[in-house]
Amino acid sequence: MTRQERRILVNKIIMLLSTAAALAGMLFLFWIIGVLLYKGFTALNLDIFTYDMAPPGREPSGLRNALVGQLMLVLGASFIGVPVGVLAGTYLSEYGGKKSRLARLIRDISDIMMSTPSIVIGAFVYAILVEPIGHFSGWAGIAALTVMMVPIVLRTTDDMLQLVPGSLREAAIALGAPKYKVIIQVVYRGAKTGMLTGILLSVARIAGETAPLLFTSFSNNFYSTDLTQPIASLTVTMFNYATSPYDDWIDQGWAAALILALFVLGANIIGRLITRTKKGNR
Amino acid sequence: MNRTLDTVFHNTTRFFAISVLIVLAALFFVLFNEAKPAIDAFGLQFITNSKWAPNMDIFGGYPAIYGSIVSTIIAMLIATPVAIGIAIFLSELAPPWIAAVVGMAIELLAAIPSIIYGMWGLFYLAPILRDIWGGNGLGLATAGFVLSIMILPFMAAITRDAMKTTPPILKESAYGMGATRWEVLKDVVIPYVKSGIIGSIILALGRAIGETMAVTFVMGNAHKIPDSIFKPATSIPVTLANEFTEADTDLYYSSLFYLALILLVISFTVIAVAKFWFLRNLQEQRV
Repeated sequence: MTRQERRILVNKIIMLLSTAAALAGMLFLFWIIGVLLYKGFTALNLDIFTYDMAPPGREPSGLRNALVGQLMLVLGASFIGVPVGVLAGTYLSEYGGKKSRLARLIRDISDIMMSTPSIVIGAFVYAILVEPIGHFSGWAGIAALTVMMVPIVLRTTDDMLQLVPGSLREAAIALGAPKYKVIIQVVYRGAKTGMLTGILLSVARIAGETAPLLFTSFSNNFYSTDLTQPIASLTVTMFNYATSPYDDWIDQGWAAALILALFVLGANIIGRLITRTKKGNR
Repeated sequence: MNRTLDTVFHNTTRFFAISVLIVLAALFFVLFNEAKPAIDAFGLQFITNSKWAPNMDIFGGYPAIYGSIVSTIIAMLIATPVAIGIAIFLSELAPPWIAAVVGMAIELLAAIPSIIYGMWGLFYLAPILRDIWGGNGLGLATAGFVLSIMILPFMAAITRDAMKTTPPILKESAYGMGATRWEVLKDVVIPYVKSGIIGSIILALGRAIGETMAVTFVMGNAHKIPDSIFKPATSIPVTLANEFTEADTDLYYSSLFYLALILLVISFTVIAVAKFWFLRNLQEQRV
C-alpha cells in the first residue's frame, strides 16, 4: 500500500467512525424521544387535566393539582427572577461595561452559578427557608428556582444589551435624555426580542428542574394554591410516580413527562423562531 | 428630578447585580455552617471513611464521592468520543441541510429535562442491561451510561461551535496542499480549537458530577463501594435526594450538608477551571 492509499484509507475509516458516532448518538436520543411520545400520548387524556391525584387504582385520577402547583412555582420564580436578572444584567452592560472588574467578576460568578448542581441549591434553600420555618413550602420552591433563574436571565440580558449599537445611546443622550430613560426607552427596545428569548429559555430551563424542589416545595397530594404550604409539581410527581410500584401511577408519570417536555421544547422552538425572524428582518 | 431617578436606577441595578455575589457567598457560608457539626465530628476523614451507618451515627462520605467520580468517568469515556464524532460529522461531513436539521435536533435535546433521561434509563435501559450483565441492571455503569446520553447533546453542540470558529482560510490552505479531511481535522481544526474542546469536556464533566435526576433512578442506592461497576452504588446527589427528608439526627442532617458542601466545592472548581483556562478565548470570540 502506498503512502497515498494509506492516507486515504485512514481518512475513510475516521469519517466512517464519526458518521457512526453521529448515528449512534442520534439513535439513542430518538429512542428516548420516541419512548416519551409513545408512553406520554398513551397515558394522556382529559382526566389528567381535570382531576387531582388519586390513590393507585382509583379512577378518575389526574394531575390537575400538580399542573397548577407547577405553574405557580414557575410563574412565581419568573415574577421575581426576571426583573432581578434583567436589572442586574442592565448594570453589567450599561454601567459596568467590558472593562469594569466588578462586572467581569459578576459575569464569571453567574456562569459558575448557572452550572452549580441544582440539588446543592435545594439544600441551601432548605437550610435557610425550610428548616427555620419547620415545614416545606411553595415559597421555598420558588426561592430555589429563582436562585437558578437569575444568573441565566442576567447573562442573556447582558449579552443582548451589548449588541445594541452605542450610536443609538449617544443619539438619545445628545437629545438630552437622562441615562435611565435612554436605557429603558432606547436600549431595552433595541434588545427586546433577544431579551424575550433569553427569558423564555430561562423559564423553560427552571420548569424542568426536579432536584431543588425535592426538599423545598416537596409535594402535595391535594389541590392547593397556598404557597406557605407544600405544593405539588409536575417534576416531583414524575419522580414519585415513576419510582412507585403502581402501573397507573407510572403511566401518569409519563403523561407528566410529556406535558413538561412539550412545554420545554415549545418554549425553545418559539425562542429560536423569534431570534431567527429578527435576523431575517435585518 | 431626572438626576435622582438616574441615581435610583443606577443603584437598583447595581444592588441586584451584587446580589448574585451575595447569594454565592451565602451558599458557601450556609452549607459550611450546616455541615459544621459533621466537620467537627469527622474532620477530613469523612472523605475517606466508607462506613455510612445512620443507626450508629457513623457517617463516611467515601461511597458517595466514589460513586460520583466513577459514574462521571464512565459517562465521559462514552460521551467524549461520540460527541467529537458528532461534531466532526456536523461541521465537516454532513450536507448543509442535514447538518442544520441534526444540529437543531441536538440543541433541542440538550433542553430536555434530565429527569426524563432518568425515567428512560429505569424503564428501558436497565431491563436490557440486566439481561446483558446480570444483577438488577442498576448501578454505576448504568448511571454512567444514562449520564453520557444526557451530556451528549450539550457536548456535541459546544464542540461543533468551537470547530466552526476555525478560520476557513486555514482549512483551505491545508486542503490546497492535498491534505485529506482527517488530516485537516487532526492538524488544523483540532489544534486550533483544542482549548474549546477541552473546555466543553470539563464543563460537561461538571454537569455530570452534580446531576441528580438522571442518575437517582438507575444508581440502585446502595451505600457501599460495589465490587463491580455493574452493581448498585450511590453518589453525592443521589444520597442527598434520597435521604435528605429522612435525616432524623443532627449528625445525619449535618453529614448530608457536608456531602453537599463537597459537591459544591468540586463542581465550583471544575467549572472555574473550564471557564477560566479553556473557554475564555472561545467566549470572547463569540461576543
